[in-house]
Amino acid sequence: MVLGHVASVAQHRDAETLRGLTPMKRYLLKRLLVAIPSLLIASLIVFTLPRLLPGDAVQLMLEEKAYGKDLDDLRHKLGLDRPVYTQYFHWLGDVARGSLGESLWTKRAVAEELRRRLPVTMLLSAMATVFAVLIAIPIGVLAAVRADSLRDYVARSAAILGLSVPGFWLATLVILLPAIWWGWTPNVSFTEFGQDPAQHVLQFLLPAAILGVASAAGIMRLTRAMLLEVLRQDYVRTAWAKGLDEGVVVLKHSLKNALIPVVTILGIQFAQIFSGTVIIESIFGLPGLGRFLFDAILQRDYPVIQGINLLVVSMIVVLNLIVDLFYAVLDPRIRYS
Amino acid sequence: MANHVEAIAQPRAARRESVIPRSARAVMTFCRRKPLGAVGGAIVLVMLVMAVGADWVAPYPYDQSIAGARMRPPGAEFWLGTDNLSRDLWSRVVYGARVSVTVGFATITLGMLIATAVGISSAYIGGGYDMAVQRVVDAWMSFPYLVIILSIMAVLGPGLLNLILSLSILIAASSARVIRGAALSVMQNPYMEAARAMGSGHLRIVLRYVLPNVMATVIVLATIGLGAVILAESSLSFLGFGVPPPYPSWGAMLSGSGRSYMFRAPWMALWPGLGISLAVFGFNMLGDALRDVLDPRLRGTGGAQPR
Repeated sequence: MVLGHVASVAQHRDAETLRGLTPMKRYLLKRLLVAIPSLLIASLIVFTLPRLLPGDAVQLMLEEKAYGKDLDDLRHKLGLDRPVYTQYFHWLGDVARGSLGESLWTKRAVAEELRRRLPVTMLLSAMATVFAVLIAIPIGVLAAVRADSLRDYVARSAAILGLSVPGFWLATLVILLPAIWWGWTPNVSFTEFGQDPAQHVLQFLLPAAILGVASAAGIMRLTRAMLLEVLRQDYVRTAWAKGLDEGVVVLKHSLKNALIPVVTILGIQFAQIFSGTVIIESIFGLPGLGRFLFDAILQRDYPVIQGINLLVVSMIVVLNLIVDLFYAVLDPRIRYS
Repeated sequence: MANHVEAIAQPRAARRESVIPRSARAVMTFCRRKPLGAVGGAIVLVMLVMAVGADWVAPYPYDQSIAGARMRPPGAEFWLGTDNLSRDLWSRVVYGARVSVTVGFATITLGMLIATAVGISSAYIGGGYDMAVQRVVDAWMSFPYLVIILSIMAVLGPGLLNLILSLSILIAASSARVIRGAALSVMQNPYMEAARAMGSGHLRIVLRYVLPNVMATVIVLATIGLGAVILAESSLSFLGFGVPPPYPSWGAMLSGSGRSYMFRAPWMALWPGLGISLAVFGFNMLGDALRDVLDPRLRGTGGAQPR
């Protein structure tokens, strides 16, 4: 309620001070201001999640080896003996200065570890997204253009199948079946970029394709549904009536408008793909954020868990911001409203 | 004119002749108009039979080692082969369906109760409450789902109840948003005004007018959500945060021994995955078809992934 009020006051103030700006710039600024409360709420969740739940983190971290004094020492070191709101603002201050604390186990700086692992996950997710878009949009278009044909049924069933097969099983099959049939197994040891740049990129192909399958299915379904909607519009009928080519009507007049909602779900897709990396990176031995998170959870390494969660959520908020901006570029109605 | 009368009379006569009950005819119409949905429904039915009747369907108990039958390939004696502890895989897959169905239905029931309460109240009360609830849902949904659940499970510890609790909160968040939308559109109807004019109280309006009209949406969300929950449960079990052994969960069967023996006994890593895929596929197909029939407004939204 308070946040809603703050947001509406902020918006009101925008309107006052931004009157001189172009509509596009005003839109950009408004989106930026809305992103700030989202980030703050997200940081609050990241911070309180481990603290809200029953059980003492310190007790869990030291297991049975702990004595009373050790517990107190660790609590003091982590700042857990101070009131929760003090802890939150202290942590937020550290984050603002670029420090995410250090791992409880390796004693390395969390920010440094994240910087090292981020490129792996970014490349993997980016390749998965590209893969998903490249297969989803053409199939979605083909299915929509011939709606309720055999081709449409096959495409839709395949999409639902893609959503249904768990990524970890697909990964298992990809490793297992070629081994049984041809005695070939994909390489699951990590090659650094410096060692062999080509091999470095190639090793992401298989995991990225597996990660992309579920997203591709979702994007395909949305593309089909949106394109069907657009194909029913009057201006499309006009385009047909002008005697335009099917390709021009579908690709130039319809697809461009149908893709606008598809762009907006790319932000959500990224969150999903990140979920997938937790499992896929472990299976394929890629030293990225997902695997780091999983290991940290097994070891109850709270500063690491908080750091990764904060980074991922910030990335998603920023990505949604970029998607919103992209949205404005694609759809003039948003730019000028 | 005469034609008109006949045209009206005919269906009435047809109805009198029919001996098939109305519900069965509805099912038959559904199968004819939505063949893909019917296939999904059949898969779901088979899975439910396996889960409920596991004690009769499975030839062996799920944890019984059969002497001298270690890692047998699929054949006449053991349909799907045996695992590294000489247990019959067909029996374990059948009992695995019970785990998936139990977790799935418990989670969906709890999740949908929360989602319906939050969604309807958010739409009905509106104002600052609605705003606050929606912001929390937004923030919640911007997290990758596995990250939330793993974080919760890490602290709560593995176990059936914790699994159901954390999964249902996740399902509730995304469903509450959709139910709120449905409730908002129901509230635009003139009968809402009529109810208010008759002097109905808030509780009566919500229970008698809003709730029954969003039930179609809830049923569709629950069906598609079941697929999503089964998928999420298997992922968590695969990572070791699911149902504890020796109880057979499909996800857990694919990790651990399923992976370490997969080159010597590939069938161990095959059937549980097929079980998950078929089950989720069935619920998704059925949910999709139900959505087209019950609630066409939802077309183009949702999918298997919980979000």
